[in-house]
Amino acid sequence: MLTIRNLSVNYGAIRALTGVSLQVQRREIIALIGANGAGKTTVLNTISGIVPATGGTIIFEDRDITRIPPHKIAAAGIAHVPEGRKVFPRMTVIENLEMGAYIRRDKEGIKASFQEVFQRFPRLSERKNQPAATLSGGEQQMLAMGRALMAKPQLVLMDEPSMGLAPLLVETIFEIIKEINQSGTTILLVEQNAHMALSIAHRAYVLEIGEIVLNGNAAELADNPEVRKAYLGE
Amino acid sequence: MLWQQLINGLALGSTYALIALGYTMVYGIIQLINFAHGEIFMAGAFFAFLMVMVLKVNIFIALILAMAFCMLLGIFIEFVAYRRLRNSSRLSALISAIGVSIFLSTLALLVFGADAKGFPDGIFPNGQLQLGSVSISFLQILIFVVSGFLMLTLQFIVHRTKIGKAMRATSQDYNTAALMGVNVNMVISFTFALGSMLAAAGGVLVGVYFNAVSFNMGLLVGLKAFAAAVLGGIGSIPGAMLGGILLGVTEVFTVTVGFSSYRDAIAFAVLVLVLLFRPSGLLGQKIQKKV
Ligand SMILES: Nc1ncnc2c1ncn2[C@@H]1O[C@H](COP(=O)(O)OP(=O)(O)OP(=O)(O)O)[C@@H](O)[C@H]1O
Ligand SMILES: [Mg+2]
Repeated sequence: MLTIRNLSVNYGAIRALTGVSLQVQRREIIALIGANGAGKTTVLNTISGIVPATGGTIIFEDRDITRIPPHKIAAAGIAHVPEGRKVFPRMTVIENLEMGAYIRRDKEGIKASFQEVFQRFPRLSERKNQPAATLSGGEQQMLAMGRALMAKPQLVLMDEPSMGLAPLLVETIFEIIKEINQSGTTILLVEQNAHMALSIAHRAYVLEIGEIVLNGNAAELADNPEVRKAYLGE
Repeated sequence: MLWQQLINGLALGSTYALIALGYTMVYGIIQLINFAHGEIFMAGAFFAFLMVMVLKVNIFIALILAMAFCMLLGIFIEFVAYRRLRNSSRLSALISAIGVSIFLSTLALLVFGADAKGFPDGIFPNGQLQLGSVSISFLQILIFVVSGFLMLTLQFIVHRTKIGKAMRATSQDYNTAALMGVNVNMVISFTFALGSMLAAAGGVLVGVYFNAVSFNMGLLVGLKAFAAAVLGGIGSIPGAMLGGILLGVTEVFTVTVGFSSYRDAIAFAVLVLVLLFRPSGLLGQKIQKKV
């Protein structure tokens, strides 16, 4: 469904990605793990079009989206839960969710999506009319995820959904990611919490200073001694 | 006396508010102080003047045509002078804005000369409404009706329509708005269109109110409206409305108590005072450090 070939990205003179290739099949959860500054966020931002690629190609559903502006990529069916949530602080929960459905026109379908999101995140429904800035960190994460689901995306990019959350909430969030995947949505998950990410992913890629150094079956990677040492704290 | 001056102040303040809205909306979205905004206001006044003199249309038609003209002018200026600089330093865009401002006022000077132009007599009925000791001229009523209507419409657009929500989202988080599928370039053009349209309405109203249209009218009024936007909290739409009205009322009262030679200074004195105590303006967001 998503094929990245030989992707390079520079920020001015700084090289952030070098020859990154990865593939996401329909209905998979793919984990992308790596240390701080490895370039994980850059991969997602380049897919979404908010960071321009210096070289390489990104193909989504047989269409080259490498140089397409972000709003068209969203319309093509890729939703993005950005690093640090990035909810619209002075808009209410409802308005944030409406923004998630910005590309859609089917009023009835949007209504149904609201129902689904509120069912999945009852906390959001209790806080419908509150400005997003007043939500707790965990609630903002739920809002950012709900907002992405409102687009009815084919593929969701998630950037460190567990960042800064209490362990119990991290479990819940990962449980929800699994459910979202089981209901048919493909997920590309960036995580520092490699342990959790590998436990729900089908396959995984390891990024080190802008390059993919390992990839394969998530369970196998979790057993790989190098991975265990570098990312699982053993 | 007091009430009369209040009415006069509100009329003047409403026009400042119309112009201040453009500064605040553009700043809210791309953090640019659009120095050419005062000249868009001037262009609106001149365009209406031309329409009245050449095409002999009535003032309402001239108002609408001037708004439409400035809408296109605003979109054009953003496209030509600011869009390419969006990812450069803020200073470059600001300098480009000052350039556009000087270009437009010089162009007006060349075309229309240095003397202020007046609208022909009888362009608007001269009568007034007497409420006890207070008299409200028909022109002031026109100002209240037009600016009130435009500000309500703006509120409706910003809060109730899809494009308005996209504007708010873009001003709160530019990149994330794009991730939602918002075409941010289109939203920015739309913002310039709205702001310029309001400035044109302000220009026509001011031009008729003082019966003077001149190439440099955008400078002082533009500065005052900018002060009003900052006073209300730059980026805040209700703030620009409040700031404009406060500034107009203060100015009129300054003249009333006999300091008329200080009328232009007072706007800025008020601005400095308020900012000393509330750096983000009356209704502005607390300035947050980006993490
Ligand atoms: N806008 C930018 N300008 C310049 N350099 C940048 C920019 N964004 C990221 N970088 C650099 O690119 C590299 C990769 O950054 P990126 O944010 O993609 O890493 P990451 O893997 O997401 O890290 P983290 O786990 O800390 O979120 C880093 O060295 C970073 O300093
Ligand atoms: Mg990151």
